[in-house]
Amino acid sequence: MEIPVFVPSADAERMRRARRRRSNLVGWAFILPALIGFSVFYLLPIFRAVEISFTDWNLLRPGKWVGVSNYVKIWNDKNFWHSMWVTLLYVLYNIPLQTALALGIAVLADRLSQSVVLRAVIVAPYLISNVVAAMVWLLMLDPLLGMTNEFIRWIGGTQVPFLTSPDYALMSVAGISIWRHVGFTALLFYTGLKSIPQYLYEAARIEGASEWKQFRYITLPLLRPVMAFIMVTSVIGSFQVFDVIAVTTTGGPANSTRVILYYIFENAFRFNKMGYASALSVVLFALLIGITLIQMRVMRGGDSDLA
Amino acid sequence: MKNLSIGRIFAWFCLLLFCTVSLLPIWVAIKTGLSHPNSVFTSNSSLWPTDLTTGNFARVLGMESDIVLSSIKASPINFAIAIRNSLIYTGLIVSGQIFFSALAAYAFARMEFWGRDVMFYAFIAATMIPSMVLFIPNFILIKEIGWLNTFAGMVAPNILMAPFAVFFLRQFFLSTPKELEEAARLDGCKPFTIFWRIALPLQKGPLATLAILLSINAWNEFFWPFLTGHDESVRVMAVALSDFKSQVGDGQPDWTGLMAAVVLSIIPVIVLLMLFGRRIVDSLQTSGMK
Repeated sequence: MEIPVFVPSADAERMRRARRRRSNLVGWAFILPALIGFSVFYLLPIFRAVEISFTDWNLLRPGKWVGVSNYVKIWNDKNFWHSMWVTLLYVLYNIPLQTALALGIAVLADRLSQSVVLRAVIVAPYLISNVVAAMVWLLMLDPLLGMTNEFIRWIGGTQVPFLTSPDYALMSVAGISIWRHVGFTALLFYTGLKSIPQYLYEAARIEGASEWKQFRYITLPLLRPVMAFIMVTSVIGSFQVFDVIAVTTTGGPANSTRVILYYIFENAFRFNKMGYASALSVVLFALLIGITLIQMRVMRGGDSDLA
Repeated sequence: MKNLSIGRIFAWFCLLLFCTVSLLPIWVAIKTGLSHPNSVFTSNSSLWPTDLTTGNFARVLGMESDIVLSSIKASPINFAIAIRNSLIYTGLIVSGQIFFSALAAYAFARMEFWGRDVMFYAFIAATMIPSMVLFIPNFILIKEIGWLNTFAGMVAPNILMAPFAVFFLRQFFLSTPKELEEAARLDGCKPFTIFWRIALPLQKGPLATLAILLSINAWNEFFWPFLTGHDESVRVMAVALSDFKSQVGDGQPDWTGLMAAVVLSIIPVIVLLMLFGRRIVDSLQTSGMK
């Protein structure tokens, strides 16, 4: 009687290999469609973007290799620096206010009510598109018809040309974006708050810590990983603001809302400068990676204080 | 009651004020869509529709309407076609993303194959690539194939895979016991049959959640359809809205028509939120969108 377990024959070895090959094949077959999507529309485009950025190409004639001259041009392009400045201002208008508001709302909601209806109302603006948000606020902020100016006049102020004045347009765009995103950010904070163990607050209360002290020394430090996640994603998001500007101001008035992504878009699709636009997008990509790494470093987003 | 302190009342006041600011613009869109165009300039501070009418909706849907626009030019954009296009676009993207992502997620969760973990992390890393580096090469590719202004070109970059969907579904496959699938395999079922008849039906809940999130995402998508689908036969709601607005340039747009179209485009989202509020809120809370 033969016992194959004790005598590893060449047959058994071959069978095992065949089985492994089969299982490799089945596995790759299952991920094949996703793999095609990934390679064609995520992976290869990155290389192609870099390649195009070294050419002068208007889509009509074949591209001409120009080396790094697009990048040199970017360095000397004052419209580029202006758009970077506008983008930076936008991030500064957007992020601190949005984060602070969201945190406040999350703390209030956490203390006052666990109602899912309340959370649904808070997150509702996030579920409608940027385009719709922009349209609705275009009406709300209209100098003549808008309810916002109506309200300002009612409390005794003077009419504010929100989207039509270079002084206010970028702030207004940031405001629209805050309106749409703050509820979602609050929801993320709310989840973070729920993960803080209650016994910490109980202990603090027994020690006689005030509400503010509890917030300052328990809530804030323990929210750091959530905060890091929110900061990284929202900064990256606001560097790529486009939809609201495309609908409301199209970069104007007087270039005051020409953010970097809008500038890239114009170069690519208004002026057909594919090479230059690609170089801009590569620069922005590198910048975003840098910012993300620095942020992760500074905020130590990976680890929690609850260890 | 001890709890009803001044601080608590103030806290409620702040929260309700926020909710009002959240919802007011949406309500203003609805009331403007329901108002007669001629009364818009006189009744902007009212919270109720003036001269209540559904004529604007009929108008933007390309139907007979009793509203005659005198001062403002009516837009020729027919939103009935845009709604149809949005439904096709969303349906294609969501069914493709779910099916192909589920296949991949299942393989990542259940199968042993060479290169599995590397591929999984590569897929996840794809979520972090900002779309702006991708859109120029992808646009050029679609243009080269000749797919501009076709549904094929509009859905191509997203239909085969959504990194978020792969990640999301893999978690659920991993947390489901695999005894049933083992039994089926011993009975001689083929891998695809096991996936399709046994593993997938067990994930009805997560699949439904994912379908809702992806639908909202696809319905709201603007940038890519804006680049690739301006032709009326494929133009989706978001793009049609932006075209509707840009037609008038700096002048006063046809506000009641515009807001009627806006309302049409948010109705599906409102309905989903009312039907599946808890599911949407819970999933946004734990996983975030995209």
